[in-house]
Amino acid sequence: MRRRDVLKIAASAPLLVGRAWAAPRTSVRLLVVFLRGGYDAANVVIPVSSDFYYEVRPTIAIARPDPANPAAALPLDADWGLHPALKDSLYPLWHAGQLAFTPFAGTDDMTRSHFETQDTIELGQPVGASRNYGSGFLARLAGAVDAAEPIAFTDQLPLAFHGGGALPNMAIAQVGKPGVDAREAALIEEMYRGAALQSAVSEGFAVRNEVYQTISREMQSANRGAASPKGFELSARRIGTLMRDRFNLAFVDVGGWDTHVNEGGASGYLAGRLSELGRGLCGFADELGPGAWRDTVVVLISEFGRTFRENGDKGADHGHGSVYWLLGGAVRGGRLAGEQVRVSRETLNQDRDYAVLTDYRALMGGLFGRLYGLSAQRLGQVFPGVAGKDLGLV
Amino acid sequence: MDAPFAALAETMLRPAPIAAIFWCLAATAAQATPSSSAGLQLLDRLTFGASTTTYAEFERLGFDHWLDQQLRPPASDDLPADAHAEIAALLLSQQSLPDRVRVLDAERRFADALIDPDQRQIARRNYQQQLNNLAKEAATRSLLRDLYSPDQLREVMTWFWLNQFSVHQGKANLRAMVGDYEDAIRAHALGRFRDLVESTLRHPAMLRYLDNAENAVGHLNENYARELMELHTMGVGSGYTQKDVQELARVLTGVGIDLKPEGPRVRPDRAADIVRDGVFEFNPNRHDYGDKTLLGHVIRGRGFAEVEEALDILSRQPATAQRVSQRLAQYFVADDPPPALVAAMAATFRRSDGDIAAVLRTMIRSDAFQASLGKKFKDPLQYALSAVRLAYGDRVILNTGPIQGWLARMGESPYGHETPDGYSLTSEAWDGPGQMALRFEVARQIGTGSAGLFRPLAGGADAPAFPQLQNALYFEALQGAISAQTGVTLSKAVSSGEWNTLFLASPEFMER
Repeated sequence: MRRRDVLKIAASAPLLVGRAWAAPRTSVRLLVVFLRGGYDAANVVIPVSSDFYYEVRPTIAIARPDPANPAAALPLDADWGLHPALKDSLYPLWHAGQLAFTPFAGTDDMTRSHFETQDTIELGQPVGASRNYGSGFLARLAGAVDAAEPIAFTDQLPLAFHGGGALPNMAIAQVGKPGVDAREAALIEEMYRGAALQSAVSEGFAVRNEVYQTISREMQSANRGAASPKGFELSARRIGTLMRDRFNLAFVDVGGWDTHVNEGGASGYLAGRLSELGRGLCGFADELGPGAWRDTVVVLISEFGRTFRENGDKGADHGHGSVYWLLGGAVRGGRLAGEQVRVSRETLNQDRDYAVLTDYRALMGGLFGRLYGLSAQRLGQVFPGVAGKDLGLV
Repeated sequence: MDAPFAALAETMLRPAPIAAIFWCLAATAAQATPSSSAGLQLLDRLTFGASTTTYAEFERLGFDHWLDQQLRPPASDDLPADAHAEIAALLLSQQSLPDRVRVLDAERRFADALIDPDQRQIARRNYQQQLNNLAKEAATRSLLRDLYSPDQLREVMTWFWLNQFSVHQGKANLRAMVGDYEDAIRAHALGRFRDLVESTLRHPAMLRYLDNAENAVGHLNENYARELMELHTMGVGSGYTQKDVQELARVLTGVGIDLKPEGPRVRPDRAADIVRDGVFEFNPNRHDYGDKTLLGHVIRGRGFAEVEEALDILSRQPATAQRVSQRLAQYFVADDPPPALVAAMAATFRRSDGDIAAVLRTMIRSDAFQASLGKKFKDPLQYALSAVRLAYGDRVILNTGPIQGWLARMGESPYGHETPDGYSLTSEAWDGPGQMALRFEVARQIGTGSAGLFRPLAGGADAPAFPQLQNALYFEALQGAISAQTGVTLSKAVSSGEWNTLFLASPEFMER
């Protein structure tokens, strides 16, 4: 039996399977984007009112807002500016009130290890306790939300999706016509009957067919002759199509943010990554269309921020606090949400990096609570031991 | 008749070869399951998949001798002549690393200096194509060794260490260096752990990838220092601090790359401190000569000897013995290996001062290892190679391109992991719905024809070939391990291509 059918049955018999009867907002779409590598938050959402920032980043700082200078930060509020590489893509969303940032966000994991901290975030379990690698926070969310249709657009199932039965994953950059036909697929499923991988195999065939059909339809009907997008934009557009029609709880990761060397400033390496990211997110919104975008929230997270001072190689090393992004038609944006401190040497964590004032679990818990109308008890299953912090972001 | 019973009957009915294997297993490991597939399972676990030849060799030598040979292989390659010739023909085999990177660097500079934008673009593209070609050649050599080397365990361990000391070919000019880097690791794959770590530390691929080439006094870059402790040796949470990371980074200042033929000019009293080996260089001018404290040990500032001392300290940490043993057991035994087994391996590691072969022997001789046979999910590389080894045996493929393509689709390309943690050693990274669907596509491509594996690199038509999965090995040993359910499905195949596809897609073939 396919997982979807299980869900349909579950919806008609909630007492048997104990699924949440949340306020039925089945139209809600959530996409979590993980920027792997620890993106340099201080150079993307820039503390433009901090003299200290300009003092300790002599070669990579982004200039204070200045309409005459195309390399300057774009003003967000009196204290913050946005990287100019996002001018044509995401900055308009800020003005439309559909983009918000939460500075000083992150985890209480102080290892400054990419992998440890990514795991911490994806598992969403209390730090310090022994970890259960079989239980990721998005899998738990999928279990707590009615009519969730989850998918990870990654070539491997991410930790955040572990433990939810056979949650599907699908690498989205290369989608080809399946060679294994329906008859062979049925024979293969037969061999896995009763095996541990039975549901993974069935789900794999089902999702493969749907993704292929959706994308091939899209490729035929849309962009006739137009230059086809590449890289993240191609993936993000496909994700938009699939989330418009089929999936509503998704995860994707984007790598390449570990800028130890020659990160660049207004232009250069990081600017290039940001520009691609911004184009991709716009393409995603574009494919969703205005109706679906109204019910969509995209959350961008990363394992940590970087050292506040630039290092000896015009880059920055592993730090702590980051800045998380929220965008979507459902977001109450155009503002920086959550607790802040003035950015100066005195307020740095261990004289090195941003402090964390908003825990990622509290932030997302608060968001999920509003988005899905989840009770405190349900939220407690998603993020055990952490009360959601409602920042009024949706 | 149910499957285990059938297997037992098979054993009893086939006296000669099967009984020989059964006998040698019973003699060396009391817990070994007496079945026709036991020897096969050992081979599947310790090699890139059983083939008719390896099975025959295993049978001829007996487990003890076979294992001794695998753990102490000869320095030379011993590849079949066809595979040897294919490797010898690669550009990679015809130029040393320093020559190669110097020539390429000159080409890059030349391209960048061109004024005419069209010419510049052509020259840059040419430069990039050479790099791409070198990385493909490195992967080709690696895959040919994996497929055909009789010293299979060395090749398996080369992959394991390359993954533990992972670099990504996409950074800078690493594509020109990954093949040589793999060779440097391969030389120590079954040797001393301490020497293995140093071989990676002294390699320009690692120094470039984790930025230590940029690490200098007054311009500290702690990227490599952190991963050297976190990923290469001790492991995160094993007791070192941020301060230790910074101190190790100070020790590593000046450890870098220099393409220039002549060494740096240094003060006379430090001239003897210069270390140069190919394009590796320890440059005293870039080194922090102050004293350091690493994990409680005071390291006197004195040049490259500090690095040697730091490697001694890191290699002998109990946390290193523990972490290396844990990862080996995860790769070879179970996703969640028994703590007692890991403890025994770590004890051997400490007692032998990091003798990798000795640690493997402890593992392979354990009851836990024997009991785990046939129950570890293959990663994509193991999956693809075991299929090709079974399908074509000793007939050397002419083109590894299709295999490289399958690995890219399944997410385990050689030198392709972007971050320094390497590919996952556990099943849940590889057995999700998306990967299973892809794996079945690969099964079909391998099963239904030659898939381009016999397309000559020089061009021309594919040599005729078809995967022979129902071969002697199948009838002798594999068939007995197939479940009744799989057997029923296989009997519904309407062509040998479909039979092959289903066999390669079966639950049995997913595990080793």
